[in-house]
Amino acid sequence: MTLSAKDKAAVKGFMSKMKSRSEEIGAETLSRMLVVYPQTKSYFAHWPDLAPGSAPVREHGVIFINGVYEAADKIDDLKNGLLTLSELHAFMLRVDPVNFKIFIHCMLVVLAMLFPEDFTPQVHLAVDKFLAQVALALAEKYR
Amino acid sequence: MVEWTDFERSTIESIFAKMDYEDVGPAALSRCLVVYPWTQRYFGNFGNLYNAAAIMSNKMVAQHGITVLHGMDRAVKNMDDIKATYAELSVLHSEKLHVDPDNFKLLGDCLTIVLAARMGTAFTAEVQAAFQKFLAIVISSLGRQYH
Repeated sequence: MTLSAKDKAAVKGFMSKMKSRSEEIGAETLSRMLVVYPQTKSYFAHWPDLAPGSAPVREHGVIFINGVYEAADKIDDLKNGLLTLSELHAFMLRVDPVNFKIFIHCMLVVLAMLFPEDFTPQVHLAVDKFLAQVALALAEKYR
Repeated sequence: MVEWTDFERSTIESIFAKMDYEDVGPAALSRCLVVYPWTQRYFGNFGNLYNAAAIMSNKMVAQHGITVLHGMDRAVKNMDDIKATYAELSVLHSEKLHVDPDNFKLLGDCLTIVLAARMGTAFTAEVQAAFQKFLAIVISSLGRQYH
């Protein structure tokens, strides 16, 4: 399921729209994930406050979203572009890759909520394909 | 036996009471056919599905989207025993329609996303959790009679 030129264009186009609401998208995605999929809280037990919209959640939401933007910049070679991030997730964070899908789903829901007109089925398709490739690249160094 | 909190029960009932079936049904099914094109395998006789525009304006897809959504009405009315309520529908999907049960999740995800777009901020994390729990049970019940 390689990204076509059309997919890449759709992703880049939509990312530029996202930039105006980055913090909101990041915070909402992460908050939502922790509520809808409580098992994901197990990775954040060291945070003082896991409540939706709390400071650690908001800060970390921004980190996640910036990661997505970084991936979009490296869309032509995600595997190599995200090697360092993959090493981080594989050796240090050791997040089970099944959670990448969970995070992606929550992000798609938030994008639909915040951009009801722009998140068309075609954009949804391109973004979903892209994020799936990002997840694959992140899992690259796991074993 | 599934345990429902009062919040979950009223959330599901409210979502379906307020939903515009003629809008959400077609939007969810057509989105599924666009985002997960392999699901088109079940709609060989639906005419033109060649591209996103064709899918989204296809009247048979739209009608079927409405049918599928109304199929969930019985689950909403029988939330305490969706498994039994859907036994026959499960047999139908397995024996007659031969739908791979993994596809139910794909349509469910698209329905969630369409609902999020329609409800905006009203689609809170708690509402999403309740809706996804409902969908998970519907999906599990529909897959139950496969063998």
